[in-house]
Amino acid sequence: MFSTPTKLSGLVNTLRFARNQSTLVLVEHNNEKINPVTLNAITAARALGGEVNCLVAGTSCGDVAKEVSSVEGISKVLVAEDAAFEGFMPEKLTPILMASQNQFKFTHIIAGASAFSRGLLPRVAAQLDVSPISDIIGIKDKDTFVRTIYAGNAIMTLKSMDPVKIVTVRTTAFEPATVGGGSAALEAAPAAAGDTADVSQWVGQELSKSERPDLGSAKVVVSGGRGMKTGDNFSMLYDLADKLGAGVGASRAAVDAGMVPNDMQIGQTGKIIAPELYIAVGISGAIQHLAGMKDSKVIVAVNKDPEAPIFQVSDFGLVADLFKAVPEITEKI
Amino acid sequence: MALKVLVGCKRVIDYAVKIRIKPDKLGVVTEGVKHSMNPFDEIAVEEAVRMKEAKLVNEIIVVSCGPAQAMETIRTALAMGADRGIHVEIPLGQMDTFQPLHVSKVLAKLAEKEKVDIVMLGKLAIDDDANQTAQMTASLLDWPQGVFASKIDKTDAGLEIIREVDGGLETIRTTLPAVLSADLRLNEPRYATLPNIMKAKKKKVVKMKPADLGVDMAPRIQVVSVEDPPVREAGQTVSDVDDLVAKLKDKGFSSA
Repeated sequence: MFSTPTKLSGLVNTLRFARNQSTLVLVEHNNEKINPVTLNAITAARALGGEVNCLVAGTSCGDVAKEVSSVEGISKVLVAEDAAFEGFMPEKLTPILMASQNQFKFTHIIAGASAFSRGLLPRVAAQLDVSPISDIIGIKDKDTFVRTIYAGNAIMTLKSMDPVKIVTVRTTAFEPATVGGGSAALEAAPAAAGDTADVSQWVGQELSKSERPDLGSAKVVVSGGRGMKTGDNFSMLYDLADKLGAGVGASRAAVDAGMVPNDMQIGQTGKIIAPELYIAVGISGAIQHLAGMKDSKVIVAVNKDPEAPIFQVSDFGLVADLFKAVPEITEKI
Repeated sequence: MALKVLVGCKRVIDYAVKIRIKPDKLGVVTEGVKHSMNPFDEIAVEEAVRMKEAKLVNEIIVVSCGPAQAMETIRTALAMGADRGIHVEIPLGQMDTFQPLHVSKVLAKLAEKEKVDIVMLGKLAIDDDANQTAQMTASLLDWPQGVFASKIDKTDAGLEIIREVDGGLETIRTTLPAVLSADLRLNEPRYATLPNIMKAKKKKVVKMKPADLGVDMAPRIQVVSVEDPPVREAGQTVSDVDDLVAKLKDKGFSSA
């Protein structure tokens, strides 16, 4: 069949091209719906060019796999359904990712940056002996990525020399892909090699239930800091948020003081968001908090201290007693 | 059955310092700049010391990978209550491409060599913001991980860990040995007292190189550039709530 050297080298070149263009997106979900961070990851995967595949692993994957397959631009959706994936434990999911990688030899493995992907993808990277690249905000080419360092106070462009790039993607930097219009094929993911010993066990979770917009996707976020003094006082922020259709966040100080739960924390090690409007109430504006919100389109700060660093990044700064100002804003907005 | 803990700590630019980009745009100015132990690593050291005070742990070995000044960080950990230290020497020039992958290989080798039961690290370093090392170390050792921990308790079979995740809190159990990483609210680290700082000078610190552990330091990344982030245009103060509301409405923000 490959009788002439030119035909063979042509085939080899085609294979080399194909080898350079194949991404696996690790889908984050709750066994019912896709987590929106995955849609941002799919956009990033498509920006790399070439084939985009997805992996859905969980205890009940049917609905999620269907939803993923309807996103445009996906070649195939690998599905791994197993009771052992309860709690999405990284020790159990690593072998499944490795099996897919060993079979399909992806050049890139991508996920939206989240507690889930941060726990899992570095484990996979260590197995593949590559250096993972976390929380990218830009893609220059298939080897070159942009990410922030020093709590967002410097931007680094780096070139990865590893044969497989394992990348997590900051969701604020990539538009979410739209669901609908696609029809990817579903396929069973290759089985994990060997047996994973039962070294870890998911016991349970305490997730905050909220009707409010999710912080990662809310167009407006109202956020409270140490100046709020108590958790009860956050109710005035909830009232303002209700009027604006906003999500509610908090600084580390407020969470540390027990005013609000940890999932509301905005900052270097909490959530990093970039809404259309961020209203910082009683927040001084420490570097680590700014890291989580300074890319917001419009920043408003309400603080009684005119020297508070937050006023250096705010577009509109109101030096006032928040306990008077916030109810007044709620009334008049 | 008291446990042995290996705690990793990193010397980083102090969290309160305003960093500056080097003129060659390939890094950040570190010379003459105040450095400290990575805050998450302070929390990791503190947790190990509390476990020792609770008699769950009988030996804490602190390890730091870095140039000569990493010794300061090791001494701080010893002053907080670690028993002995290991300084894995990395030349200053190699620090820019010294990645969590390399660190995790060093830690995995040391964990095996020292036969520890727990490797305790900080969740992330505030310079590279990577949040990878604990996970990679666990993977190389094929040990379970309890990362972003806000509470760690000993159980009969191993550990129960409460973790901070995106939606709230998650509880897991692992067997031992395990790799853990400390999140912000795990504890509040102690300040080393002067007597303990003096005592720490007598504690043993061994020096070694990655090659001694068979770890390959070859870089996996090439730094193309390090730049300032986009500058926000200066904002304005508004005189009162009416002024603020008017300006917001101008920008298209009003009640939903």
